[in-house]
Amino acid sequence: MATKVFMEALSPTMEEGRLVKWLKNEGDAVKSGEALAEVETDKAIMELVARGDGILRKRLINEGDTAPVGTLAGVIATADENIDSLVAGAGTAPAGGAPAPAQVVATQQETAGASSVPRRPEESQGEASTPPQQKVADVPPAPPARAAAPSAPAPTPAPAAQGEVRSSPLARRLASERGLDLHSVQGSGPNGRIIKRDIEAAAAAGAAAPRAAASAAPSAPVIPREGDFHDEPLSQIRKTIAKRLGESIGPIPTFYLTAEFDLTRVMEMRKAMAELGDQFKVSVNDVLLKATAVALSQHPEVNAHWLGDKIRYHNRVHLGMAVATDEGLIVPVIWDADRKRMSDISREAKELAKRARERKLKPDEFTGSTFSVSNLGMFGIDQFTAIINPPEAGILAIGTSEEKLVVVDGEPVVRNRVRVTMSCDHRIIDGAVGAKFLQTLRRLIENPLMLVF
Amino acid sequence: MPVITYRDALGAAIREEMQRDDRVFLMGEEVAVYQGAYKVSKGFLQEFGEMRVVDTPITELGFAGVGVGAAMVGLRPVIEFMTWNFALLALDQVVNAAAKMLYMSGGQYKIPIVFRGPNGAALQLSAQHSQAWESWLAHIPGLKVIAPGTPYDAKGLLKSAIRDDNPVCFLEGEMLYNTKGEVPDEEYLIPLGKADLKRQGEHCSIITHGKMVLVAMQAADQLAKEGINIDVVDLRTIRPMDVEAIGESVRKTNRAVVLEEGWEICGVGAQVVDYIQRDCFDYLDAPVIRVHQADTPMPYAKGLERAAKPDLPKAIAAVRKVMYLD
Amino acid sequence: MTATRTAAKRKSDPAPQGDAALNLEMLRSMLLQRRFEERCAEAYALGKIGGFCHLYIGQEAVSTGTMSMLRPDDYVITTYRDHGPALARGMTPRSVMAELFGRQDGCSRGKGGSMHLFDANTNFLGGHGIVGGHVPLATGVGFAIKYRGGDQVMVCFMGESVVNTGAFHEALNMAGLWKLPCVFIIENNRYGMGTALERASAIHDIYERGAAYNMPRNQCDGQDVFAVRQAVGEAVERARKEQIPTLLEIRTYRFMGHSMSDAVSGTYRPKSELEEQMKRDPITLLRTHMQEAGQLTDEQLQKLDEELKAIVQDSWDFAEASPELPVEDFAEASPELPVEALYEDVYADTTT
Repeated sequence: MATKVFMEALSPTMEEGRLVKWLKNEGDAVKSGEALAEVETDKAIMELVARGDGILRKRLINEGDTAPVGTLAGVIATADENIDSLVAGAGTAPAGGAPAPAQVVATQQETAGASSVPRRPEESQGEASTPPQQKVADVPPAPPARAAAPSAPAPTPAPAAQGEVRSSPLARRLASERGLDLHSVQGSGPNGRIIKRDIEAAAAAGAAAPRAAASAAPSAPVIPREGDFHDEPLSQIRKTIAKRLGESIGPIPTFYLTAEFDLTRVMEMRKAMAELGDQFKVSVNDVLLKATAVALSQHPEVNAHWLGDKIRYHNRVHLGMAVATDEGLIVPVIWDADRKRMSDISREAKELAKRARERKLKPDEFTGSTFSVSNLGMFGIDQFTAIINPPEAGILAIGTSEEKLVVVDGEPVVRNRVRVTMSCDHRIIDGAVGAKFLQTLRRLIENPLMLVF
Repeated sequence: MPVITYRDALGAAIREEMQRDDRVFLMGEEVAVYQGAYKVSKGFLQEFGEMRVVDTPITELGFAGVGVGAAMVGLRPVIEFMTWNFALLALDQVVNAAAKMLYMSGGQYKIPIVFRGPNGAALQLSAQHSQAWESWLAHIPGLKVIAPGTPYDAKGLLKSAIRDDNPVCFLEGEMLYNTKGEVPDEEYLIPLGKADLKRQGEHCSIITHGKMVLVAMQAADQLAKEGINIDVVDLRTIRPMDVEAIGESVRKTNRAVVLEEGWEICGVGAQVVDYIQRDCFDYLDAPVIRVHQADTPMPYAKGLERAAKPDLPKAIAAVRKVMYLD
Repeated sequence: MTATRTAAKRKSDPAPQGDAALNLEMLRSMLLQRRFEERCAEAYALGKIGGFCHLYIGQEAVSTGTMSMLRPDDYVITTYRDHGPALARGMTPRSVMAELFGRQDGCSRGKGGSMHLFDANTNFLGGHGIVGGHVPLATGVGFAIKYRGGDQVMVCFMGESVVNTGAFHEALNMAGLWKLPCVFIIENNRYGMGTALERASAIHDIYERGAAYNMPRNQCDGQDVFAVRQAVGEAVERARKEQIPTLLEIRTYRFMGHSMSDAVSGTYRPKSELEEQMKRDPITLLRTHMQEAGQLTDEQLQKLDEELKAIVQDSWDFAEASPELPVEDFAEASPELPVEALYEDVYADTTT
């Protein structure tokens, strides 16, 4: 069997070699390991050795010629073997794999204006062996600089509309939160930089300030309090799941879990409470809100925010509840819903919904939710999927509660049932995690006395 | 609670660990018969004998390597450099051997070793003896780097360092050995990689470590008289750095001064500022300012030396600047 | 390898030139190193091995002769020219070849490469890449043996260029001062890269440097495996029984270039010198001795060679089949969780 002789990479950085001298003639017998030719690498003159026994039938690179690594340099075979097919493809391209690296090298050197004179071997003879560098061929060559490209439109610079505004990042954020136009604010910092105190002064002066609270604590920016949450850096698996599932559906890879809960005991409880007096009346929705909040407090892994490079797990439960208004959807927030009494939740939910419709919500009443609920039951919707309110991990969609024929202990009975569907951000919540949360929720809803515990 | 010196806190940490674990030994120049160039190992030779308290020739590269070799086969050396300035001679062993052994052996050989000694400038010791090395060491993956500023931290961190299964560089403040602080009698450990909020305030953060913790506390005291309240974040561990603690503080105060003993270029403070710009960009109300040694070798003359070192007036000036007060 | 282990049992008789079984084991060990490294050269040319790759060809009697005098619980440490010592110490060809290929089944999981072979199973404390840097480690291991009151021996290989480093001086001084059970073996192959010993060291009989450390010292022929066994045997005995270190200069020759990117002969040594030295190929010397003593037939030799070639081919196939450690993503096909392999083993989890 014939053995091909290739131009080998005789140094870690060698891309091409110059065949200095053949040491064997065509027709000479050669043994494996024997030197066939001398090759000048980028570092030294090295020997190209035979990788098989036989007769050097063909020499395919001329002395003095340079060839990229991988080029067929010759053929070793037995005296009578037909080597025509092997020789036919010679001299064109290196055998498979890498693109002709020599060309890339040349291009780059020309672009950079460097000379491509190869180093003389004696210069490198005494050096430490060079560590292998990234192969030049791996680096995409720089696009050649075009001398004239009139057709390419020059990028238009951003219009400097009303003059440059200098401001600290914090001032920019505060201004945007308070709806202030930075152009209307006078900066008191170096070079007229607008800083926090300028925003506060402007907000206090202008009636536009939406919140009196903002001036009450001048040095305290609106930030979450210590201990309200803890952040976890993304593990490798979380990163991978996020990336791959994100590619699969939209920016938030959502999946849905639907469950049907029995409301018999909820109904019994409501009835019993209503009998105690009007002030004890609660709606099914109130119970569901309370149950969801309590379940969330037991499942911090669901009560979470996706922050891109980490997941924020909240220790407090601020429950958002989607409210339809004429303007569109808004999600007011019941703060610390898990710790509030059902009567408080009931009253607050009503109040928030009312003010939402009147467009009278304050910013802190519709920001900061850790998880949300949407209820379309009043529209007679059996079940639906709600869209996650980013950066939250999920949202619970509640359908209508209605009497249904169900089988209990083998007997058909009529029961009040409700269907809920949880949309889950798969970057945070895995299927089983969401399912466990719904399990807890079912236990609470089907045993509502647990909510008073 | 008893009040003891930083020196005695370090000694107590090593002594307790040597009593607890007979794989732990102390090796270095003058540690045994002389009882330590800074008297950290006073009484050790008598208590533990010459096999566990080992005087070496003046041969930093050699005995650092001896420590690494002993650690490879299961001992837990504490290697004392008379100062970190001399440890430069041993850097090949610290960087090329200790820091990389676990990785290049594919997890087979861990190096539980502590390299420790005084670091930073003292008084008028001039150029070759007045240097803070933490940024050099913290650059190296595989090393942990500690720089405690108080006796309490020194003891708790050194005990954790000796129990850690990785090479730990423990940088003691040369000027801190005589400082005193409360250290409980009962055993305690301080986890590596956790900063300590030494003082709480809402107006500006000073992020610092080692000897400069004292300067930061003095600055905070003075500024408090003007109604400026400082958050003093003592990093304690330089690598791994407590990024969370830095972020928490700066997001609260919106302003930061980074105070360190070493030089500016590629210093520890440069890394702290990088974390701040990444994690706290939208919370910054002023550029972060760094306070550090002048970009010169340390001069000898008193006046020149004072001018070169970071100190209380410089720290206060920096705070006033980020507060837009000047 | 069985060669080493079995040979070690015969340590009481350091030069049993008539012991046919031992000689066969040593021949096997040396020939394995040779065949293995010939394929390394091929793999390097094909780009399967990258980076620095320093071959040991020509020096095999030093590794085999030395290892045959050691116990399994002794320690060995060496330089970046470590393939031969690793195999002679008993590391499997598979784990070494996979390491050279950068694969996860390599002894160092593909993180060390040619210069950093490690194996805790055989107390092989590594190939080390900084000239001289590993010698203090050897002194440290010697210290640990003494600290524990053990009777193991630490054997430290180094090239002759090491003797001019500060680390060598510092380490040997302490080993001599503290009387540690170390055997420091200088594999004098005459050239530190391309600089001849005579152009680098003020004295040429470099074992004499042992005098500066109050250390017994000796010199022997490194192409003659029996001479190596004799000299190493004495030194190991002295270390084990008396805890006295030895400096041993073993004169050998490398038949290859300094590394794979270095010509076999070049400006620093003429081809004629190389050819002259290759007449004293350590494998040929042992083989000839055995054939003349009637301990080896041509048929046996051929069978042994074929067997070793198959073992080396198996290591190649094994290495090629082993994957690199996974990074970032896990493959669609793989059910395993992704491993943060890149970041593993930067730090150890502390358990104490």
